[in-house]
Parts: sequence; C-alpha cells; structure tokens
Amino acid sequence: MLNYIWLALIIIGIGVAVGKDITQPPDPAAEQQFPAIMKVTNEGIIGSAKTAVTLALGLIGIMALWLGVMKIAEQAGLITLLAKVLKPITSRLFPDVPAEHPAMGAMIMNISANMLGLANAATPLGLKAMEELNKLNKKLGTATDAMCTFLVINTSNVQLVAAPVIAIRVAAGSANPTEFLGAAIVATTISTIVGVTTVKLLAKLPFYKKQLEG
Amino acid sequence: MQAFVDITKTISTFAIPLLILSIVVYGAFKKVKIYEAFVEGAKEGFNVAVRIIPFLVAMLVAIGIFRAGGAMEILTAVLSPLTSLIGMPAETIPMAVMRPLSGSGALGVMSETIAAHGPDSLIGRMVSVMMGSGETTFYVLAVYFGSVSVTKTRHAVPAGIIADVVGILASVWLVNLIWG
Repeated sequence: MLNYIWLALIIIGIGVAVGKDITQPPDPAAEQQFPAIMKVTNEGIIGSAKTAVTLALGLIGIMALWLGVMKIAEQAGLITLLAKVLKPITSRLFPDVPAEHPAMGAMIMNISANMLGLANAATPLGLKAMEELNKLNKKLGTATDAMCTFLVINTSNVQLVAAPVIAIRVAAGSANPTEFLGAAIVATTISTIVGVTTVKLLAKLPFYKKQLEG
Repeated sequence: MQAFVDITKTISTFAIPLLILSIVVYGAFKKVKIYEAFVEGAKEGFNVAVRIIPFLVAMLVAIGIFRAGGAMEILTAVLSPLTSLIGMPAETIPMAVMRPLSGSGALGVMSETIAAHGPDSLIGRMVSVMMGSGETTFYVLAVYFGSVSVTKTRHAVPAGIIADVVGILASVWLVNLIWG
C-alpha cells in the first residue's frame, strides 16, 4: 500500500508541476520564465532529502537519553510492573504479545507520553516498543498484527494538550486560545476507536492473514 | 484562561525531569547499576536514528514533490464540492490533507489559515481542532516501521488512513455543532 501511495505522490506531484509550467501564462516580472514551477519542485526534492537526514540525526541525542532511561526502568522492573497494572486493557488490544513482555511496558509509556504531548519522549519510547515487538516477529520485514494495532493507536492518539496549537492561537490574539481542546479530544477519541476497530477487522481478512505466513 | 495555559505549560515542563528523576531513584532503590544500565541503553540511540534515515528520505521527498509542485491546490479544488456537502469550508481542506503528511507543513498551513481568517472564526476553530486531534501518520509509519526495517506494512496504512479521515470528519462535525 505504501508503494502505491509513494508512486501516486511522485507521479501526481511532478505531473501537476509539468502541467502548470506548460499552461501558465508568462510572467514578465519573474526571474526565470520557464520552467518556474519545476525549479521550485526541484528545490523541494533536494530540500526534503536534507530535512530527512537533519530530522533523523537530530533524534540521536534524545534517542540515546530515553533508551538509557528505559534501560534503567527495565532493569528495575518498572516496565513489567506497568504492563501488569494495565494487563486487562493491553491483553485485549495485543492478544499476540505476552502480558508481561517488555513491549507492553514500552507501548504504554509511548502512549502516555503522546497523550501528554511530550513528542520528544514519545518517539524514542515508541521505537523501543517496535524493537521489542519485532523480537516476537516470526517473519522479519513484515508487520505483525500487534505492530499494526500499535501504529494505528499511535497515529490517531488522544492528545490531551496540543501545545503548538495553543501557542499559534495565543500569538494570533485569540480571545480563548484553549477552547478547541475539548472538541479535539472528542474528535481524536472517535478516530482512535474507529481506527482500532478497523485494524482489528482488517487483521481478520484472509488477504492480510496470508502475508504473515511462509 | 491564562492560568490554564500557565498550568499546562508548567506540567509539560516538569513532566520530563520528574519522570527521569523517579526512574533513576527507583532504579537505585532496586539496586540497579543505574549508570551502566543507562549507558548500555543509550548506545542504541545512534543506530536507531541512522536506521530510519532511508525510510524518512523516501517519505519526505515524495511529500516534498507533492507540496512544491502545487498538487495541493488542485486537490483542494477537486475536493471542495464534496466537502461543502458536509459543512467543511474549502479553506480547511489544505489542513485536512497536510495533517497526516507533514507536521511542520500542517503547522504552517494552520498559521496561514488563522492569519487569514482569525483564530476565533469557524474556519480558525476548525483548523485548530484538526491540528490538535490529528497526527503526522506518514511520518510515524516511516519512522516506526523503518526502525525495525519493516517494508511490508500490511493493514497498518489503510487503517491509519481511515482513522485520519474519521478524525477530520469528527472535527468538522464537532466544530459545526459547537460553534456553527
């Protein structure tokens, strides 16, 4: 699926740029007449590739910090303790993961960090959870049911405090910068419920089940 | 209201230092060799960050092409007859499309939309709710699956997209219900 989305983004993106360059009437004020849009697109391609590396390298310090802290938590038995407490919920969401597996604790910590809007802590904890989930993976390179469920919870996660949104609204002079929070929490709760239901239903489809075999 | 903003800011500021403090103290109490354990775990940080680079480059370049070439405007034009049926103003479509693709892009779109229509307009509220309730789905998919070298993502992508669409629809419905 990611293959098709990737292809579509590239074909449509470049196709539109070509189309716009051909159909656009010449602008005498512009520095470069043709192909102006393709020039911007070109810059976009190079810029995005650089941004990707900057983003990834920027993660190193935070990753090291949280993976270090997590290792202490793990050896102290905190992760197992957390997994035990939330067992009634997590064993239903992730039936393939043993209840006291370190993956459970890491997933719970990642979801909590996301809810609090602590993006810096959430990503390393989430990647730690993926690493643990991958230890249970019988077919490396293919996503397990638990990974899919975890990612859907992650991408539709309930965020209690959306700090950047509040900041932009304050800067724009809003009379009530936080008034959107209630609606946002309800909307994201709905999307999480629908997402988890969908991921569970799709996992039952023979098409997706077959990909786990062999 | 300022008090609420201050309280949430204070909680966010305290959360990480307090979490680190409690884990380290609990570890020491449980007789864990905390310094050694930390270093052992932290070693992995570099590898994980480097491992996700190819996945992130692939995803961000494709999204970059889509944004820079002006495909977003065409998508808005195509979608607007449909979205007007459900009470979603055309001005909010770029936000709805950008939210799952790019975090910084979505924040930029939100700032522009709010600058143009005001934070307390229906459109301004709608983009705020969309921004606050959504997540950068494709970034998360690329980074999380990339970190364990998973390329066959199975049903994660369709389920993630369905959840995103439902989140957008729920935002439109709620904002119209509360402020419409």
